[in-house]
Amino acid sequence: MGARVRIPTPLRRFTGGAEEVSADGVTIAAVVDNLEQRHPGLKERLCDEAGKVRRFVNIFVNGDDIRFLNNLETTIKDGDEVSIVPAIAGG
Amino acid sequence: MDEAVGYAPRPGVRNGKVLVVGVGGLGCPAALALARAGVGTIGLIDPDVVELSNLQRQILYAVPDLGRPKVHAAREKLLRINPALSVMSHQERLGAENLSVLFQDYDFIIDGTDGIATKFLINDGAVLMRKPFSYAGAVQFQGQTLTVLPRISSCLRCWFPVPPAEDEVPTCQESGVIGSLVGSMGLIQATEAVKYLSGDGELLTDRLLTYDALTSRWREIRVRRSRQCPLCGESPTMANFHSVGRTQETVCSRGDAEM
Repeated sequence: MGARVRIPTPLRRFTGGAEEVSADGVTIAAVVDNLEQRHPGLKERLCDEAGKVRRFVNIFVNGDDIRFLNNLETTIKDGDEVSIVPAIAGG
Repeated sequence: MDEAVGYAPRPGVRNGKVLVVGVGGLGCPAALALARAGVGTIGLIDPDVVELSNLQRQILYAVPDLGRPKVHAAREKLLRINPALSVMSHQERLGAENLSVLFQDYDFIIDGTDGIATKFLINDGAVLMRKPFSYAGAVQFQGQTLTVLPRISSCLRCWFPVPPAEDEVPTCQESGVIGSLVGSMGLIQATEAVKYLSGDGELLTDRLLTYDALTSRWREIRVRRSRQCPLCGESPTMANFHSVGRTQETVCSRGDAEM
């Protein structure tokens, strides 16, 4: 199962500059682990040591926040769009 | 020509009062657009003076303004555009202690600040005082913006119940930003304020608009009002606004500054 994952600009140095990458997995947790295999260093930016999504990062599946779905256990279908959206403070 | 976009501002706009918190990369273009749109009263809050590193994106200032308080330099420029405006300048830092007094006279707040703690303070104060506001943030090549109608649409805490620590989220001053990108976000904020005052159209509520300047793509992400929101949910736990604490966690900002 493959998801399309949208990478925000501050994290693109882990994906060789790619805005969108593919990752396999039937849940968000599995997708994140697969992202880490393909793009080492990315998981640490998304999750804390306990494996929870960091509090300045939100993950959306097809435009819905996973906190309103099933968090990291949210199931992923082939072709789903996963967006990583960090809090942005600058101005 | 439709009077909404004609030469004379509509009464709602002419009588409107908009507060711009932070007259920097977002606040400068926002204030300029408000002045040219004929918003009758514009408030400016910023404790800082103009520095050389600001000129790359803070479009109200020029070299002769270096060292001047931003709110004074900005007020002068806005009045040059439209001497009939009432421009209030407050050379102070927004904090929990002065927020109520500063917000109370305004219809709409524009968050033009460069720091996550102040953004959450504005969110909390605006929701508790029921003041609509526009959030925006921009760093490097990425911008995002959302309009909040308190207790009607989602607020920042619906989205981030516990705000990130100040040092978890990079600022423009630390990480840099494309000046025109932050300018684009500030202009959208002014558009939201003018629409709110005139009653035109549909506000940018419950939709986070993101702009990726590297690929020139605008996207929308649905952000829902959360029943569990500590501020505007069914059983709110926050009755007061306060400053946001810091933690030792640093991730997003680490090493990204050289991008």
